[in-house]
Amino acid sequence: MTEPTISQPIEHVSPLRRGLRQLMRRRIVQFSLVVLALYVLVALLGIVGLLPDYQERVGTGYQPPSFDGGIAVILGTDVFGRSVLYKILAGTRTAMLIGAMVPLIAVPIGVSLGAIAGFYGGKIDAFIVWLFSVISSLPYILIVLAISFVLGKGMVAICVAMGLVGWVGLCRLVRAELIKHREREYVLAARLLGASDAVLIFKHILPNVLHVAIITASLQVLGAIKSEVILTYLGVGIQDGSSWGTMISDASGELVQSIWWPLAGVVTAMFFVIYALNVLGDALRDALDPKLLDR
Amino acid sequence: MLAYAVRRVLYTIPVLLGVALLVFLLFNTVGEDPVRVALGRHATAQSIAELRAQWGLDKPVPLQFLDFLGQIVTFDYGVSFNSGEKLSKLFTQGAAVSLWLTVPPFVVGFVVNIAFGLLVAYYRGSFFDRFSTAILIMTMSISYLVYIIGFQYFLGYRLELFPVSGYEPGFEGLKYLLLPWLIILTVTAGEDVRMYRTMFLDETQADYVRTARAKGLSEPAVLVRHVLKNAMIPIVTYTMVAIPFLLMGAFLMERYFSLPGVGDLMISSINSGDFPVLKGLTMVLAIAYSAMVLLTDLIYAWVDPRVSLR
Repeated sequence: MTEPTISQPIEHVSPLRRGLRQLMRRRIVQFSLVVLALYVLVALLGIVGLLPDYQERVGTGYQPPSFDGGIAVILGTDVFGRSVLYKILAGTRTAMLIGAMVPLIAVPIGVSLGAIAGFYGGKIDAFIVWLFSVISSLPYILIVLAISFVLGKGMVAICVAMGLVGWVGLCRLVRAELIKHREREYVLAARLLGASDAVLIFKHILPNVLHVAIITASLQVLGAIKSEVILTYLGVGIQDGSSWGTMISDASGELVQSIWWPLAGVVTAMFFVIYALNVLGDALRDALDPKLLDR
Repeated sequence: MLAYAVRRVLYTIPVLLGVALLVFLLFNTVGEDPVRVALGRHATAQSIAELRAQWGLDKPVPLQFLDFLGQIVTFDYGVSFNSGEKLSKLFTQGAAVSLWLTVPPFVVGFVVNIAFGLLVAYYRGSFFDRFSTAILIMTMSISYLVYIIGFQYFLGYRLELFPVSGYEPGFEGLKYLLLPWLIILTVTAGEDVRMYRTMFLDETQADYVRTARAKGLSEPAVLVRHVLKNAMIPIVTYTMVAIPFLLMGAFLMERYFSLPGVGDLMISSINSGDFPVLKGLTMVLAIAYSAMVLLTDLIYAWVDPRVSLR
């Protein structure tokens, strides 16, 4: 009989970290992260004011793409002779800002209301459930339009509007998770050790439902960027022309005159970042959803 | 089941009251003064006062709210500021167009996308699965508006397969709807197929699937006879939630192709400050939506008896 050997202590890896590690090994995920980082970089350059002025005339109107006139006309010019490339870069800044702001508003509201409702139950729960039932009974686009009219048109208004509507789905998910967790043994144990409600919710339960918030946030970034295009077309979005929505809206009249480059440029720019966000959202769901973890 | 149904039906009352309050607050108090929006900048003080009295806006706020509740109960929201038509007439006209626009692609898409989802689930992990997933994500990465512009330009304008835009009531008008239908099918395919695929794959882990395989059923038989049936619960939930939105049509589509549906009606009444139509339409849509959600919950409880016990 051989001497039993004591195995090396197993390194403790949380399911979250294990999932994220698996995720990082996939090439398409690495590619998507690089793409997203590039867009964020452009946006940061725009915020500190290092992007070229998209309002400036760099050539004659509707100049097709060419390599002769320098970087400004590489993607052609628009009706006023402004650089399509510079407009796309300015639009990137707008899109990234919207994509960041909407989850920043919606996620904290959704998580905290969902946690309170699920944890305490009773009257508070009934009120919060009533509140999100009311909001989700109204046509989404109408609330967004109404809020934009109240706050005035523009970027802040559509971000606030989308954020104030967007918390509902997340709140519902977090509430359901909290109801599942609040009677578990680990919560009971922590409570017996004297943990306050706040400690129970934030330190013990929320980390276990964090994946729901992360997945929802990644979907919201994507949804917000896509919604901007539609809201701008409907007339309540970005007013100063520095957005992908404005460029796409303008393109419908330009295409019949065989002016394809503004549309082609903006569709390509939008395609890569939305594709990357789609892939990352999927990968996050695969990595973080406990139901799928052991597959 | 009956107790649950009664409780569930009664629950729509406070929700609808909340909706009424929110709509009222948005339009009567927080928003811009509807009378000024409707009459424009050059209105005389007298015409403003008249319209205000006509819309009941000169009364105290609580009374205005009671008026609104009365309108909701009697389904009489007054007449449109623009056309002088009753809202009920405008709404039925618009709803017919919106439903013609959205229901056929919804039904076709439901069948086609489920079939395709099953097919992808059958070949899960293969090259076909990964290839179609990549293509579907690509189709989801392009803006809805770009599909509309692109399809209209290439299929309508260049290839002349469809009329570019327009609308006629009746069967003659169907030719104008073909292009919007095609666009709706294309735009929704990506998300739906991938959702159905996930639902099917969730089921393939279950014990009954192992049993079915163990007793020697072929994989297609397992998928169609067992997995599809069990996946119908999440599928029905997912699909029913979309039904209320059919009535609203596709705002963007109606706006772009000038189809006179509910979405178009709503946006043009926003732009022209048509206060009675806007308020009434929002409320009617919210009621329709709540009714559909109610129906979903009841069907759900009926299909899955565990629901009523919770």
